[in-house]
Amino acid sequence: MTQTRKPTNLTRKQTNPSPSSSSSSSTGMKLIVPLQGVVQGRGGLLFGSLIPCALFYFLQLYLKRRRPDNPSSNPPTPSTSSPNLPDLPRSSSRSNFNTRGPVRLSKLATLISKPDDDSPYYIGLHRVAQDPYGKVENPNGILQLGLSDNKLCLDLIEDWMLRNCAESILGSGDDGVGLNIHGIATYQPFDGLEELKMAFSDFMHKVMGGSVKFDPSNMVLTAGATPAIEILSFCLADQGNALLVPTPYYPGFDRDVKWRPGVDLIPVHCRSADNFSLSITALEQAFSQARKRGVKVRGILISNPSNPVGNVMTQDMLYSLLDFAEEKNIHIIADEVFAGSTYGSEKFVSIAEIIDSEYIDKSRVHIIYGLSKDLSLAGFRVGVIYSYNNSVLAAAKKLSRFSSISTPTQRLVTSMLSDKRFIQEYFQTNQNRIREAHDAFVEGLSELGIKCAESSAGMYCWADMSGLIRPYSEKGELELWEKFMSDAKINITPGSACHCIEPGWFRICFTTITLEDIPLVIERIRRVVESCKSSS
Amino acid sequence: MTKTSSSSSSFKHRGTSGMKLIVPLQGVVQGKGGLFLGSIIPCVLFYIFQLYFKPRHRSSSPSSSTHNSNSKDKLSDISVLPLSLSRTLLSHTGSVFISGRANSLSRTGHSLYDVGLGQVAENPYHEIHNPDGVFHLGGDDNNLCMDLVQEWMEKNAMGEGRNFSMLNIGGIAPYQPFDGLMELKMGVAGFMSQAVENSVFFNPSQMVLTAGDTAAIEILSFCLADYGNAFLVPTPHSPNFAEAAKWRTGLEIVPVPCCSTDNFNLSITALDQAYNQAKKRGQNVRGIIMTNPSNTVGNLLNRETLCSLLDFAREKNIHIVSNEIFAGSTYGSEEFVSIAEIMEAEDIDRDKVHIVYGLSNDLSAPGFRVGVIYSYNLNVLAACRKLARFSSISTPPQQLLTSMLSDTRFIQKLVEINRSRLQKMCSALAAGLKQLGIECIRSSGGFYCWVDMSRLMCSYSDKGELELWDRLLNVAKINVTPGSSCQCIEPGWFRFCFGALTECDIPVVMERIRRISEATKS
Repeated sequence: MTQTRKPTNLTRKQTNPSPSSSSSSSTGMKLIVPLQGVVQGRGGLLFGSLIPCALFYFLQLYLKRRRPDNPSSNPPTPSTSSPNLPDLPRSSSRSNFNTRGPVRLSKLATLISKPDDDSPYYIGLHRVAQDPYGKVENPNGILQLGLSDNKLCLDLIEDWMLRNCAESILGSGDDGVGLNIHGIATYQPFDGLEELKMAFSDFMHKVMGGSVKFDPSNMVLTAGATPAIEILSFCLADQGNALLVPTPYYPGFDRDVKWRPGVDLIPVHCRSADNFSLSITALEQAFSQARKRGVKVRGILISNPSNPVGNVMTQDMLYSLLDFAEEKNIHIIADEVFAGSTYGSEKFVSIAEIIDSEYIDKSRVHIIYGLSKDLSLAGFRVGVIYSYNNSVLAAAKKLSRFSSISTPTQRLVTSMLSDKRFIQEYFQTNQNRIREAHDAFVEGLSELGIKCAESSAGMYCWADMSGLIRPYSEKGELELWEKFMSDAKINITPGSACHCIEPGWFRICFTTITLEDIPLVIERIRRVVESCKSSS
Repeated sequence: MTKTSSSSSSFKHRGTSGMKLIVPLQGVVQGKGGLFLGSIIPCVLFYIFQLYFKPRHRSSSPSSSTHNSNSKDKLSDISVLPLSLSRTLLSHTGSVFISGRANSLSRTGHSLYDVGLGQVAENPYHEIHNPDGVFHLGGDDNNLCMDLVQEWMEKNAMGEGRNFSMLNIGGIAPYQPFDGLMELKMGVAGFMSQAVENSVFFNPSQMVLTAGDTAAIEILSFCLADYGNAFLVPTPHSPNFAEAAKWRTGLEIVPVPCCSTDNFNLSITALDQAYNQAKKRGQNVRGIIMTNPSNTVGNLLNRETLCSLLDFAREKNIHIVSNEIFAGSTYGSEEFVSIAEIMEAEDIDRDKVHIVYGLSNDLSAPGFRVGVIYSYNLNVLAACRKLARFSSISTPPQQLLTSMLSDTRFIQKLVEINRSRLQKMCSALAAGLKQLGIECIRSSGGFYCWVDMSRLMCSYSDKGELELWDRLLNVAKINVTPGSSCQCIEPGWFRFCFGALTECDIPVVMERIRRISEATKS
């Protein structure tokens, strides 16, 4: 990156003398003395010799420093092994010294092997795992409202499985599909079977509004949307670069983008006054601030429909976002995993639709989709990267070998997605049930005086409990969260885990429980609300 | 190269003689007009350095101050633009930045391994339908016992009227632990114990399941080494292993060559030498990654070697990653010793040892992609568990494998039949090759023959090897893996994978090789 490359040289050449290499080609100088270009005109010969000599001297000094001090008696013949012998006692004594300490791990491992006491999101998940609610077995257990599972339509999935599971995995009869394959057919690409990609493209076409065609060759399938985000981070940014991300955002992004890719996330704060919708001004501000700090911003990571708020981006917003990305020459990663889980009045518009209708440089747009939310198949770990950039696709294809989906699952999903009637029916039912649950939940909360942000998709209520926290700060928010956890026994996600700038907001997932459980949850919340009010 | 070597030797001289520091490189030219030559030489080097840079400038892609453009098709657009255009404008017309790591990845062409597989996929051999097709001896699959697996599935798991455990939808559709279901871990632990004849007890809680063994190795590398650190890897290793492990982790692979004279066994001397040389280059060696039974050669590491390996790791305070994906596919007289067995006996330094295992090979279930990390280091385990979110296995195959592994009678039978079929295929292949006068290393595990084809090469070099590989693929229509893909230092060795063959294929393969062999002689 530090090298100067051709176009800059071209422009520079005409204006000012520049580093020796480019000017030497342009001025046609004599080749006797290197670096003459730099010192042209004033004693070039002298300086042109002195400077490289000095540089060389420094290089030697540098190399000498880097090398451990050798016992000076050795003749400098590194190739033969005998001169190492006098070293031996010394080096072994040093290694003995080493063994006293524990063996070293990487910085990453040292960082992440610590228990999750940093984020209440993960602490909550742990605590539920230890004491989960069960209607009969453990009625006093913790209710899980912090994990994005959709259990509202499991019965439909189960039905379908009962009918089709065996056949789709094993293949029906000897027609050469299923496991019934020998030899060559077992060569399966890591980035997904062609059949599944085809089924996916039809499926996405339907989910994303029915107006855009998705090309199977622009797809890379991964083991869930999580690795899809990680792989894209690897491909779009180098270590130390950054992505802009509107807050509040899904707590998992921190792990997906920061851990292994080493890419930073720069929050772009959205506020309750705008119903947490993104503003280009804030984006602009965050971008220029990052620039000032010397951080290279490579893209914007958005989730649309938003997780946790549940609002969708308007068409205009998407246009301005694209303009912004175009102007700054950065990427857009659109996480659209909730595209099919809409229930509100506002229509979801995929970014694919926008760029399909406009003449826009598509190569900066990358879409992430998966079956975890819309098909309630989180355990299947099926995600997809849809990109319009061939280099990114080529790299992602290679990286998909580290998170490929196993073949039986691919076959199962292929036949499920190809069952058009089932998909149609499922989507209708799912959206109805989500709407029902959402409405019931929001109503219950509003009876307790808790308002939720306007939402039209996803499986969360983004609830404003700022009236219940004291002091009005992150500390107060975490105290309330702890109260929910230990007194009311419900696990919800505090806004601070989603990097929300305003304290007192909570993400409540309403699809992990059944409709009948909603009164129970509301009852438990009521207990906390009342205790808060009485104490104040 | 010349520059660094001359400079390094120069300062060594300087160190010994305590010369004056006015003129660099005087050390080299000491005594005979040092001042003069000591100036000329760096000047000349510098000039060459500039010359070297000039062509690189031309070929490199256009960029601007912050936004680099990378795709080649845009390059032509930009060179057409008038030069007066401001730099910022240039940056906007250029295509969007792609990370350096993605760039190097997307640019690397297909490896020989992929080329071979591509040919096979296009034109696969079939006894009746496509007798002129390409034979698949270049893969990593074992299909020898697929019929048994298929039969079991139909009978027990998913056939009509069977109540497959998978139909408990609550257990597969929602989120499950990213590092694998506990039931499957128990099954895997039992199976791993069985593979080493119950000499070791594997603890399911020391296990992390990942989507395939490559992912397992990558995750371990992320945990054990920082970007730019090095691992010692005995060669020949499995093809593309090094590249794959390097891509994201930024690992450096230090090959530890094993030679045909030692039957490609690992020698501690070679290991020590490689370690010291890496140290001298300034590399930070964090561990050894080895495959046992070896992928490519198929030989086993004996108890003594394992013990001295552990001693070596202890002395240098580095990790050992032992890839034992073929542990259940051993045959022959030699006994397979897992490093876990040695660990049982020794109680110290357990935190340095990590085992990688995979189920697909030993269970003849390709495509299931189940990898296992088994570690004695609690911190490593904790980190791996969290990283498993990026390569977790989907639940249906987990459930399927759980119920398969719980059927111990079937598993026992499967492993036994698998071993005997592997052995039969291996000796049939070796015998066939021997008739043609081609020798191979005696394999005791895995489904590969490591074959010495140097006789058939036109010239004893890497070039000759590639040329022979090309002839085998395009003339004889046999896809094999050349030794150079496995980083073997001796040319002429090839890896034949017999996991995808049937016994009646062998005479056909031999006939095709005979034709090549005769063409070489004449």
